[in-house]
Amino acid sequence: MQKLSLRDRIKEARATASDSFRGGKLMSSIFRPGSPFRKGYVDSPRNRSYVVMNNVLYHLHPVKVKRHGVRLSYTLCLGGLSFFLFIVLTITGIWLMFYFRPTELAYVDIQTLQTSIAFGSLVRNMHRWGAHLMVLVVFLHMSRVFYHGAYKAPREFNWVIGVILLLLTLLLSFTGYLLPWDQLAIWAVTVGGNMAGYTPVIGAQAKFGLFAGLEATTATLLRFYVLHVLFLPFIIVIFMAVHFWRVRKDGGISGPL
Amino acid sequence: MVDIPEHLLQRSAEARAKALGISVEQALAEMKGESDPTVISKEPEVKTIDETPAPAAETPAPAAETPAPAAETPAPAAKAPEPDTPEEVDFAPEVKVTQRLLTVVKAKPIQKSVSEPVDKVNTWPHLMLPEFVSLMAMTAFLIFLSAILQAPLLEEANPNVTPNPAKAPWYFLGLQELLSYWDPQIAGVMIPLVLGVVLWMAFPYIDRNPETHPSKRKFAIMFYTFFLAGAGVLTIIGVLFRGPGWNWTYPWIDGIWFDDLLDWIHFE
Ligand code: HEM
Repeated sequence: MQKLSLRDRIKEARATASDSFRGGKLMSSIFRPGSPFRKGYVDSPRNRSYVVMNNVLYHLHPVKVKRHGVRLSYTLCLGGLSFFLFIVLTITGIWLMFYFRPTELAYVDIQTLQTSIAFGSLVRNMHRWGAHLMVLVVFLHMSRVFYHGAYKAPREFNWVIGVILLLLTLLLSFTGYLLPWDQLAIWAVTVGGNMAGYTPVIGAQAKFGLFAGLEATTATLLRFYVLHVLFLPFIIVIFMAVHFWRVRKDGGISGPL
Repeated sequence: MVDIPEHLLQRSAEARAKALGISVEQALAEMKGESDPTVISKEPEVKTIDETPAPAAETPAPAAETPAPAAETPAPAAKAPEPDTPEEVDFAPEVKVTQRLLTVVKAKPIQKSVSEPVDKVNTWPHLMLPEFVSLMAMTAFLIFLSAILQAPLLEEANPNVTPNPAKAPWYFLGLQELLSYWDPQIAGVMIPLVLGVVLWMAFPYIDRNPETHPSKRKFAIMFYTFFLAGAGVLTIIGVLFRGPGWNWTYPWIDGIWFDDLLDWIHFE
């Protein structure tokens, strides 16, 4: 028998170990048949279908999509990126919540976060720029949809849901704006809240409800905080679920033009 | 009279001829109504069958060959049942229920489902891979941005010190700019609420033009482009060209009065 070099033997041992791990009970209990993480995955049309169909991904994607829809130049992935940005914001936002109290201490907490906590500044920046980016990307997504006429039958209602998503995105961004509790935050929110005060008939009540008082105070801060970290994300996730579901039920992506 | 395809007529005539023991030509003539139908009398009592179960079993063929199109034999129930020959008795149970060919239904589904072939590809890898790549690219871009640009943090909030100008977040600055021209009820509420939300949601129901190609919906394209340009111009004015007292300023002369993107603008 041919003598194997040390390198080949290591390679072989590793392959055997990897095979027995990937073929083992644990991995096959985690990954369903057809998963590329299982032993013996080969690239075949059948397995390509299984990757989606036998997977939680099936809740998001169909097994097959229109060929023109996967061209990057069609959707520019903008809807997907809106969703990804939302996920990034959720993760960084939860992390920020560990260090933030929506009280008089809010400002100090942000300062401490930036100066004394590992990656504090980076994560705060990611959350803030990510939020700006999300507003922008959602807006671009809407423009893409408009220019493709993708809101036309049978997708009219998904457009309506989309406008709600845009509103929720703006509201999320706006409520978050107040949280650092600096001069920028409080006065931007005051300007925005005063606009609500001009609502005909119920202006005063609308403003009072928004501010939890007559002007921006720490009561407003708490109110915006609860809306920002709990209520609005909860609502937007529900609308996103309906939005994605409708994309599929309306026959997948629109077009080609 | 319904048009019955010739081959079907021929087949049922053959079956009938065999069942009745007449010639095919006669059966055909009867079916076309050219001669009186041969009335076949049937076996009167079930008892007979009970006594002679074997013949029934022996003659499955006529049963099979007398399908629906055994045409135009009037139901003999009214006629007196008189067995002609003992052989007839054998057939009797099969011919007892005679049927007429009323119409020939073409083999065609009631509901037409048109499935036009669509050019499709597997989601994995053709969609999920580009998605993954753009997710990674976006994350990398965001981390890069966050590493080089610091998010603003001004002095602690102070309700007694109003900055001048006080600006809203950038996505509301177009509105704030409008607010400086018009009555706040119009610019601050009616435009965003009525135009921005209600009409915008109703848009697909207003635009009934089914075309999606840009060349066939020039008005809609123009409309949106004007909207975009207008919103863009107003926002840029609000961000860059408005200073203390919401007076017009030039960013290259008077500096920039917008703290949110502080680090972007003073980026060196
Ligand atoms: C949080 C915000 C949003 C998210 C996460 C989101 C996500 C998505 C995704 C992933 C798709 C699949 C196709 C694509 O990527 O383009 C899509 C399609 C669509 N979106 Fe959104 N969207 C959002 C906001 C909006 C807004 C603001 C509108 C319009 C006012 C809108 C209207 C539509 C329509 C009509 C489609 C179907 C497009 C087609 O079939 O070509 N969405 N959305």
